[in-house]
Amino acid sequence: MKPHEFRPPEQELARFRGRLAVAVGVVLLAFVVIAGRFFYLQVVRHDYYHTRAEDNRITLLPIVPNRGLIADRNGRSFARNFSAYTLEITPSRVRDVEETIDAVSQLIEIQPRDRKRFRKLLDESKNFESLPIRTRLSDEEVAKFVAQRYRFPGVDVKARLFRQYPEEQLASHVVGYIGRINTKELESIEESEDQANYRGTEHIGKTGLEQSYERELHGETGYEQVEVDAGGRALRLLSRTAPVPGNNLFLTLDGKLQAVAERAFGTRRGALVAIEPSTGGILAMVSSPTFDPNLFVDGIDPQNWDLLNNSPDHPLINRALNGAYPPGSTFKPFMALGALFSGKRTADQAIADPGYFDFGGHRFRDDKAGGHGTVDMVKSIVVSCDTYYYRLANDWGIDGIASFMAQLGFGSRTGVDLGGESTGILPSPEWKRKRFKKPEQQKWYAGETVSIGIGQGYNAYTPIQLAHATAVVANNGVVFKPHLVRYIEDVKTGEKRIVEPQPVRRIPFRPEHLDTVRRGMIGVNQSGTGARAFAGAGYVSAGKTGTAQLFSLKGGTYREGSVGERLRDHALFIAFAPADEPKIALAVLVENGGFGATSAAPIARQVLDYYLLGKLPAGAAAEDEDASDAQ
Amino acid sequence: MLNENLIGLVRRVLAPIDFPLLWILGALLGYAFVVQLSASNDAPARINSHILNLCVALAVMWLIANVSPTRLLNLAVPLYVVGVLLLVATALFGDISKGARRWLSLGMLRVQPSEIMKIAMPMMLAWYFHQREEALRVRDYLVAGVLLIIPVALIVRQPDLGTAILVIAAGFYVIFFAGLPWKFILGMVAAAAAAAPFAWSMLHDYQRQRILTLIDPEADPLGKGFHIIQSTIAVGSGGIFGKGWLNGTQAHLEFLPERHTDFVLAVLSEEFGLLGISVLIVLYALLIGRGLLIASSASTMFSRLLAGSITLTFFTYAFVNMGMVTGILPVVGVPLPFVSYGGTALVTLSLGVGILMSVQRGRQFVQT
Repeated sequence: MKPHEFRPPEQELARFRGRLAVAVGVVLLAFVVIAGRFFYLQVVRHDYYHTRAEDNRITLLPIVPNRGLIADRNGRSFARNFSAYTLEITPSRVRDVEETIDAVSQLIEIQPRDRKRFRKLLDESKNFESLPIRTRLSDEEVAKFVAQRYRFPGVDVKARLFRQYPEEQLASHVVGYIGRINTKELESIEESEDQANYRGTEHIGKTGLEQSYERELHGETGYEQVEVDAGGRALRLLSRTAPVPGNNLFLTLDGKLQAVAERAFGTRRGALVAIEPSTGGILAMVSSPTFDPNLFVDGIDPQNWDLLNNSPDHPLINRALNGAYPPGSTFKPFMALGALFSGKRTADQAIADPGYFDFGGHRFRDDKAGGHGTVDMVKSIVVSCDTYYYRLANDWGIDGIASFMAQLGFGSRTGVDLGGESTGILPSPEWKRKRFKKPEQQKWYAGETVSIGIGQGYNAYTPIQLAHATAVVANNGVVFKPHLVRYIEDVKTGEKRIVEPQPVRRIPFRPEHLDTVRRGMIGVNQSGTGARAFAGAGYVSAGKTGTAQLFSLKGGTYREGSVGERLRDHALFIAFAPADEPKIALAVLVENGGFGATSAAPIARQVLDYYLLGKLPAGAAAEDEDASDAQ
Repeated sequence: MLNENLIGLVRRVLAPIDFPLLWILGALLGYAFVVQLSASNDAPARINSHILNLCVALAVMWLIANVSPTRLLNLAVPLYVVGVLLLVATALFGDISKGARRWLSLGMLRVQPSEIMKIAMPMMLAWYFHQREEALRVRDYLVAGVLLIIPVALIVRQPDLGTAILVIAAGFYVIFFAGLPWKFILGMVAAAAAAAPFAWSMLHDYQRQRILTLIDPEADPLGKGFHIIQSTIAVGSGGIFGKGWLNGTQAHLEFLPERHTDFVLAVLSEEFGLLGISVLIVLYALLIGRGLLIASSASTMFSRLLAGSITLTFFTYAFVNMGMVTGILPVVGVPLPFVSYGGTALVTLSLGVGILMSVQRGRQFVQT
């Protein structure tokens, strides 16, 4: 570098202007780069960013549809919705759940029961859900909390529709209940691709009709398209797709008849199914004891759950569908009908009953020592002659019995519109082969056929199968599928979808065959084992008592009360009436009730009296008035 | 009589004004005001204070335009010395806010001394080169470099990267226009590249984070990347014609952070689209063009260097802010000149425009 550089102003100025030109070039270049970047973002990638901006801005909020109602054939409500406030906590937005509950409980009463239930819900749920700590707040409580809401972030009062079962215990096994969706149900919803429809839905049918008609009752979820800000707050409604409310169910069930039947059981365990023979519509379905389904709606508290689940009476089990019992002597009319139908017997063919039947070195005894004398088919039903049926079964053979009984629906699910139905056991050599593993157990012994004839042995049927078979006989062999829903009402269109009674099949019984069996069953209620229970009834009914042995007496004499209550025999009764043109067919089971004649038949009498004559048993009149007031 | 007095007054008031510059500035401020009305839609009070800021800024511009370049020359050294002293005082006694020590309390007044440097720095360097005009030596560039480094080092330490960049730029432009040999410039570029790893280790964590975020904003979409992601969405979703005034969803649904200050450009892009951006770029180009024209015809070395540097500072503001909003430069706190809300920046920028007018007027005096 030169130590002294002299530059004249002109040269200096020219150099400066040169630099300015460079600067202009740099500025223009930079602006071109920036403009290019804008062009890239705003033109080339516009669609992408447009979508992202829309995604930012719009959120879909589900609107849960109102669940369909359930009412009996007279329109009496068994499941409905009501709106109420709940106090809910969103665990993810709360620092310490227990601390928050303590703080809230200063303001609003929270029982230890509520805390326990909340903890249970918390274990079962995902963190971002809001969970109810208290339900059904009073207006006063709502006002109290709202005034102090700012103190409790993550705690909100929400208005919700609640499911209510106004009849409480009545028909609770039929109606069932809803409960919060659990993880397993969530998975099955995801699998069935109903996920979109269950966004926002918190409850699902767990048992009974609530479960089996879940699709009808749920409805279609609606959506609100909402514009939200960066904080997720909804600012503006863009569009709304209204939810479609769930369909209402109207049942074949008669609530009053159901109440009569349930009262007739009292505290006894058992089941009753009453069917309208001409349609298959179920008029009453009892499983005793019952429970209050309202306990389950918001998650049952552990104390009540223990009480119900661990009770030796198992109130949560629907005995009418799920319990399988030996039919005992109620099996005899079906045996008789089969014998006529298959030509194994004629009605007049009589036997001389010595009071026992010897087969293969084993003596099968009748209950009446010394026997019933000369017994034809009608008499065999009326007096419930075991010897007649031991011999019949032996002559007919197990294969013939099994294939005939299968036609009446024994040993297979009736297909009633409720879940949890058992198949029962229709014994046959084939069944035995499948049931047992050891070859010696798989063999069918001819002696086993003999006790099948009187409804003992491996025989085990559900009360609904028994009622169903009775209805088939009452309906002259025309088989209808038992069902509880009479029609489904579309709330939006008002359209009623009637569940048309479609005969499943017709068993070609001859009228005289049916007449023989009917005469026998009428005889039961007039002069036989059912005569005491049906004395003075204002209609002609056909019935058959049954007693299912649980306890082998090994030759001893069975005396009621001498064995433990739970080891006593099950009492059964089947009936239909009026005998010539049946309007109702039923099966009654009383667990450990002893003789069918003394414990099961009187229940049937009360049900038939009410259904056919409108006659209430003594002491029930007052309650019935209450019920009609409530409507 | 009265009429003549009035005309005389108006003449006197308008005398220092450079009208081309005023028109361009007026268009820019008017456009910015429309954008600001939308960006501050949620806070009407802010519009009032923005109007007040505009009035103060225009008054400052007029006042400085009335100051002759000669007096500016005399003010350069004292202003620089005071600025450096204030920066030292800030480093020692400044108030800490948001982890940075940028503000100094002087009794009633709170000042940000680094802001003064944006003007004091080019004035000081232009003064220096003006003194050495007759016999410029290599040493002079080194002296200028030292004069530049001292305050910049103090500002970087605060830390305030945005302001430091603007002060370095202002100073560098003076040295560049003074004729810094090209081989020096190339040497500096090479040195800067070599020193980059070392500089990286000198950066604060949050500064490093900003650079990393620029490279991959989606790595932390809710945290550090949120600003960039949301502002590019706003820009991109604007398209060619924009969503219309007040219709920007990103802006009005609060997805855009700092939407009335550093990210106001995103609001403009979203609502007025590429068309609106083009208008803005053209206005900036005109402003810079006029500024460089004034510099080119300035009468003294001092006024020429000062005008050139100040004009290019406007460009630096605009470029850095636009680059940041569109995601090609890291997020540094540089406002969009004449558009972003904020009194300090607006006054400093108007002061710069006032200096340009003063320079333009000084030329006329010399010529006549």
